[in-house]
Amino acid sequence: MAQSYDRGAVESFGRWREFQAGMWAWILHKLTGWILVGYLFTHIAVLSTAVGVDPGAAATEVDTYTQTLQGLEGLLIVRFLEIGLLTVAVFHILNGIRLLFVDLGLGLDVQDASFYASLILTALITLSSLPTFLGGAL
Amino acid sequence: MAKHYSSFERGNWRWFLQRITAIFLIGALAFHFVTLHFINHAADISFLGTQARMSEIGYFSLMVTFLVAGAFHGVNGVYNGLVNAGLEGRQKQIVGTILIIATLLLIGQGLRVAVAMTTLF
Repeated sequence: MAQSYDRGAVESFGRWREFQAGMWAWILHKLTGWILVGYLFTHIAVLSTAVGVDPGAAATEVDTYTQTLQGLEGLLIVRFLEIGLLTVAVFHILNGIRLLFVDLGLGLDVQDASFYASLILTALITLSSLPTFLGGAL
Repeated sequence: MAKHYSSFERGNWRWFLQRITAIFLIGALAFHFVTLHFINHAADISFLGTQARMSEIGYFSLMVTFLVAGAFHGVNGVYNGLVNAGLEGRQKQIVGTILIIATLLLIGQGLRVAVAMTTLF
């Protein structure tokens, strides 16, 4: 029979020193989720500059959309924020895959190790993506 | 026999949709990053380039599905987090309603943007 585990209300964050891997995975998944959904709203707001673009201006790349996106990409801080976003997204994806397995009851006895693996893989993917994200015209 | 474990509760469609959208988003988010950072460098993005991609029916429908799935998964995740933190009663109803309105507005504006980016219509 399927069983659900009632964890109750959120843990007391004052006891953070006692948290184990699973709790940190839970906290990081929530945190990265909040960041991603916040970014989604911001992303659609920025992309809204595509509404009502003048075709003549678009042909010479002086339209609002192109100017806004290329202008943002020209800022070093935006490049670093994008690297941060990549880190957040990759961790959320990898830990999300881990959670899907946990939901199926698979790998419960290695859920600590799979959390550490998610962290290490996130770091490796982020580091290997740095040249791409920092490359191009600034 | 070992006890079967699952966090599923019968009849909980939001639980099910959260997992289905998660599986879709794993691929869609990875594809989005690869397409718009590695294949097409973000610094070189232009309206005409975006329009060319969004005028392909496969890419357009993938992006629209990505928008709807991402909006549901994200906002439902926020709602779950708040309920988990103790949100209940009238507050839960009000927050739920606000989040539903925010999701519909996000999807509506996203569709408006998607239509502005394509020559399909």
